[in-house]
Amino acid sequence: MSALISIRNLTRRFDVSKPWLNRVIERLSKAYLTAVSDVSFDIEENSVYALVGESGSGKSTIGKIVVGLTPPSEGSVQINGTDLATETDAAKIEAVRDEIQMIFQDPYASLNPRWRVRDIIAEPVAAKGGDTSGLAERLLEQVGLSAADASKYPHEFSGGQRQRICIARALASEPKIIVCDEPTSALDVSVQSQVLNLMSDLREEFGLTYLFISHDLTVVRHMADRIGVLYLGRLVEEAPRDALFTDPKHPYTQMLFDAAPRMDAFGREVDPPKGEIPDAINPPPGCAFHPRCPIAIDRCSKERPQMRQLGQTRVACHRAE
Amino acid sequence: MTETPVLSVRDLTVEIPTRHGILRPVDQVSYDIRAGEILGVVGESGAGKSMTGNAVIGLLDPPARITGGEVLLKGEPIHDIPRARLRRLRGKHMGMIFQDPLTSLNPLLTIGDQLTETITEHLNVGQDEARKRAIAALDEVGIPAASARIGSYPHEFSGGMRQRVVIALALCAEPELVIADEPTTALDVSVQAQIVALLKRLCRERGVAVMLVTHDMGVIAEAADRVAVMYAGRLAELGPVREVITNAHHPYTAGLMASTPLASVGQKRLKQIPGAMPRLGALPDGCAFHPRCEYAQDKCRRDPGPSLQACDGRAACWFPLGTTQKEDTVA
Repeated sequence: MSALISIRNLTRRFDVSKPWLNRVIERLSKAYLTAVSDVSFDIEENSVYALVGESGSGKSTIGKIVVGLTPPSEGSVQINGTDLATETDAAKIEAVRDEIQMIFQDPYASLNPRWRVRDIIAEPVAAKGGDTSGLAERLLEQVGLSAADASKYPHEFSGGQRQRICIARALASEPKIIVCDEPTSALDVSVQSQVLNLMSDLREEFGLTYLFISHDLTVVRHMADRIGVLYLGRLVEEAPRDALFTDPKHPYTQMLFDAAPRMDAFGREVDPPKGEIPDAINPPPGCAFHPRCPIAIDRCSKERPQMRQLGQTRVACHRAE
Repeated sequence: MTETPVLSVRDLTVEIPTRHGILRPVDQVSYDIRAGEILGVVGESGAGKSMTGNAVIGLLDPPARITGGEVLLKGEPIHDIPRARLRRLRGKHMGMIFQDPLTSLNPLLTIGDQLTETITEHLNVGQDEARKRAIAALDEVGIPAASARIGSYPHEFSGGMRQRVVIALALCAEPELVIADEPTTALDVSVQAQIVALLKRLCRERGVAVMLVTHDMGVIAEAADRVAVMYAGRLAELGPVREVITNAHHPYTAGLMASTPLASVGQKRLKQIPGAMPRLGALPDGCAFHPRCEYAQDKCRRDPGPSLQACDGRAACWFPLGTTQKEDTVA
């Protein structure tokens, strides 16, 4: 297997400074928020790579950089050997763009309410002047809706059905890669399972590769082959699913697992995790997790840990073993 | 047990008149909550769980109104009393925690002002004493340096801390009943664990009755003593949490449990309930769940679902699972 997407030292900073006049009057310097900091990983063809993390961990920003919705500040994203940010050959850029699609979290906000479902689904092909006859009807049946739904408007559908329409639209240009940003977070449990099963089926049928972004560990455990755990924009641990869930190495991963509610833990008295995610504008020095880490030592507050290989796992922690 | 339950809801029905007929988002719901008990109310969007909470505390938005049944707080009816009296009860005897901590605090007042206002309004104490109690309340919900932060505005707190302030606000007048409507849904996993632990501790130490409304089965399993499952405005199942989760009697509960990814670790596909919850205006004849139920029989399509009391008090189903009738159904 070869890496279809290869991400190297990816960093994304956002300028969150006040307007220049305020800076002059209040004597403030420029402020930057580092949403993604020095992240590297590979996604293999026909696999599901999941990014998990809490709010502000940079998981959605990575998704947006991969599809090209926002440029990286440093580092590179190579898709099939092409870097969208630096490539100059227009034909090559087009070819890569055709291969990548995205499914968003909120199916109420990601469908144009004034367009018929047929036009919504066919748009990725129509925009490139392709042949769209019968396309929407075929795709609707593939995602479990009926061909007659093509002439309806989005408001006529429930949340789960809308997410199916989003999936149909993502499939229209026959992509290889789909970036799914919290695809089921807005859905109810019974509808979530329908959508997740559909995504698994489609992956096998079309040989898709998913970059699956979620905060829900149970969903990730079900879907992913390989999982990267993010904390404050940094990749802290990366491992195949089973290795991660049976033997988490990083104290943050362990904390996440302990804090997640379980259905068999009746009346469980957990010692809840300490503290909250720090401010991303002034992250703690050294390891970003050290103020909350139960096993932190002096070195953790001074030196940022590098990724190192431990068995099947890559982990960024001085203490992990 | 003979003690009077803190909250007793009997056949509560809420109706909304619309141009297309009367909708019934809450339909003959009955349950009790005792002191020191957490009752979990689960269900999917539109099941009527929030509407039930709002009806209990008297916060229904017109035209929605209670048209049947009664709500008893410590044995006293509160569903048909004048608004002014209900206003005195809210805060003093009933506290409410909403989903979004940012919208349930006033952004223009410091949290100290909001807490002392609630305390002086409901308890017979002066400003100084109220301020002391406010600091104690913030301390109790785990806000560090409470006496220094009492002058802060809501925007100066993080999401988790804000939710703690809302909890302090709900508890500062020492109510007997707290209704928590999706209190952790807007929060991250690690903060959610903190808030759930806090709710459990307060419930245990203060003997408060808590109605915990959520869609997260994991939170219910960890926090609740008993659980009520709602579907299309009705109670589908009610029982001790361990019983309901491990041995569901209603096919909807069973399907809901099985479709969480947690329940099928290591399996290739998730179990799924076909279809979606019907809209209130278009409820099917017979049992509201029958179009999605794999055990449905003619009786389910014909007769409205039985009420919970009419069955064993556990599952509102003509052919509950885990009983002898189940074999008949499968055969």
